[in-house]
Amino acid sequence: MQDDPLIIAGKSFNNRFLLGTGKFKNKTDLKDSIESSETEIVTVALRRIDLERHEENILEYIPSHITLMTNTSGARTAQEAIRIARIAREAGHGDWVKIEVINDSKYLLPDNQETIKATEILAKEGFVVLPYVSPDLYVARELVKVGAAAVMPLGSLIGSNQGLKAKEFIKILIEEIDVPIIVDAGIGAPSHAAEAMEMGADAVLANTAVATAGHPAILAKAFSLAVQAGRLGYLSKLPATKTLANASSPLTGFLYNP
Amino acid sequence: MISLPKIKDILGNNDPKQLELLALESASLTRQYFGRTISLFAPLYLSNYCSSHCTYCGFNSHNRIERIKLKPEQMHAEMKHVADTGIENILLLTGESYKATPVPYLLEATNIAKQYFTGISLEVHPMEAAEYAELFQNGVDGITVYQETYDRERYKEVHISGKKSDYDFRYATPERAAQGGIRHLLMGILLGLSDVAEDLTKLYEHLRYMEKNYPGVEYSVSFPRLRTIKGRDFALCNVDDKMFIKIVCLTRILFPRVGITLSTRETAELRNNALELGFTRMSAGSNTSVGGYTIKEEAEQDPQFDIEDTRSVSEIVQLLKNKNFDPVFTDWRPIGNQT
Repeated sequence: MQDDPLIIAGKSFNNRFLLGTGKFKNKTDLKDSIESSETEIVTVALRRIDLERHEENILEYIPSHITLMTNTSGARTAQEAIRIARIAREAGHGDWVKIEVINDSKYLLPDNQETIKATEILAKEGFVVLPYVSPDLYVARELVKVGAAAVMPLGSLIGSNQGLKAKEFIKILIEEIDVPIIVDAGIGAPSHAAEAMEMGADAVLANTAVATAGHPAILAKAFSLAVQAGRLGYLSKLPATKTLANASSPLTGFLYNP
Repeated sequence: MISLPKIKDILGNNDPKQLELLALESASLTRQYFGRTISLFAPLYLSNYCSSHCTYCGFNSHNRIERIKLKPEQMHAEMKHVADTGIENILLLTGESYKATPVPYLLEATNIAKQYFTGISLEVHPMEAAEYAELFQNGVDGITVYQETYDRERYKEVHISGKKSDYDFRYATPERAAQGGIRHLLMGILLGLSDVAEDLTKLYEHLRYMEKNYPGVEYSVSFPRLRTIKGRDFALCNVDDKMFIKIVCLTRILFPRVGITLSTRETAELRNNALELGFTRMSAGSNTSVGGYTIKEEAEQDPQFDIEDTRSVSEIVQLLKNKNFDPVFTDWRPIGNQT
């Protein structure tokens, strides 16, 4: 069965697995994971890009055909996220930005209100903006209204490997929001990724699980395959799970009895 | 929050199996939240003028050492030297003298540091929130301030005179720094000054209070053990390696996302072996004397404390790589701080 490409801001992607680049024990593992997963979009925190020196620059390990999305990690307010995005663009890292505004160092939950503000301003400045948020229908609608190219709801707490704790809320976004929904954060195993795709998410991003695995490149590939499998499951219109129907109809049977 | 008896229980348990279990949990949490990365930084001493009399410190106002503070051209020389080793996160330190190193002096140092480093932290005398705000707007991202000990009686004994003898003013320093917009706060106790379990309990309470009230700040802790200064003991440190590791692991388990610093005051051997257990930040290639990198010969130096691990930055980088860690130099980018 032929899948449609994932389209974000007019650009097509054949692979629906996105990879984050933090926490890898070395840059070779990162490079190998990009290759084995055949991912086409990676995120890099501007704070980790060595603009001044060039020793072991992370960007040298990311092939040029990959779409680079800088993220605003470290921003605590909309203003800081905006400044980080502008610095990234000025430094030549393109227009794709994942907005991450986090003002809580314990749970690292995104600040949805500030994220909306930053999205609005950066979208107006011509950035392709992918905001990372807690899944909330009103927030997602507002993000689309102010120009988000996709919405990235968290599956569970970032770095937690807990999987799709926010499943029911993400389902609502999938149902109601017309830009791509990319499930980000908390995805700890290929099965979580498959589950997100089966229910209709457009793509999945993982980072911690891959970076901290014993064999990152193998897990990256597994994630990519799980995303494909889940996607095919979704496209197949897989039959809904049912509880077994009772052969007799104790409640309405009387209607058919002579 | 964990209770004092529980902490005493854990620290007092000398069963190697318990320690191994603590270490396993701590190591696994650290990998989950930080991966195999270790951030590197170096200290740079700007001045040893001090108006406080802290019995354990090499800079205390009663010590007869040559008092110097770096002039701008000397700051350039020292900073360039450190930056050339690859370090991008700098910790600028002074003694605690409001007169010799007032805010304008610190601003001058910060402005020079911006030419060499992407992350700038200060470990200097405690200030007011408005002063922290001014430093933040000019490029200071981090503040380090140790309470030293949370035992008020002991605090009074070892901080004999000067502004530092005001326990409450010091206690509220992290809070004032957070109000000033500071992004990264490092807090801690000096191991060896007082009862470790009691100090630790109160440090955790302090940290928890800060996390709740200033959630946007990134927190780190450090547990310096009292060291000799030019070979002389100033206070006895009764915290052996096992106790030190217990403290680190327990802290990691209670605060999974908090940074934990491993200082060059620890021996190379301990640093090599303890890397896995819970630490996320290391100093490297450190010198603790004013002008110690380029200006003063070693024999003329008056260090704040003696360094044990004298390996260079490149040697530490090699060590980290050999142990399958990613040494992180760049972890911040100046973005024009505004409050």
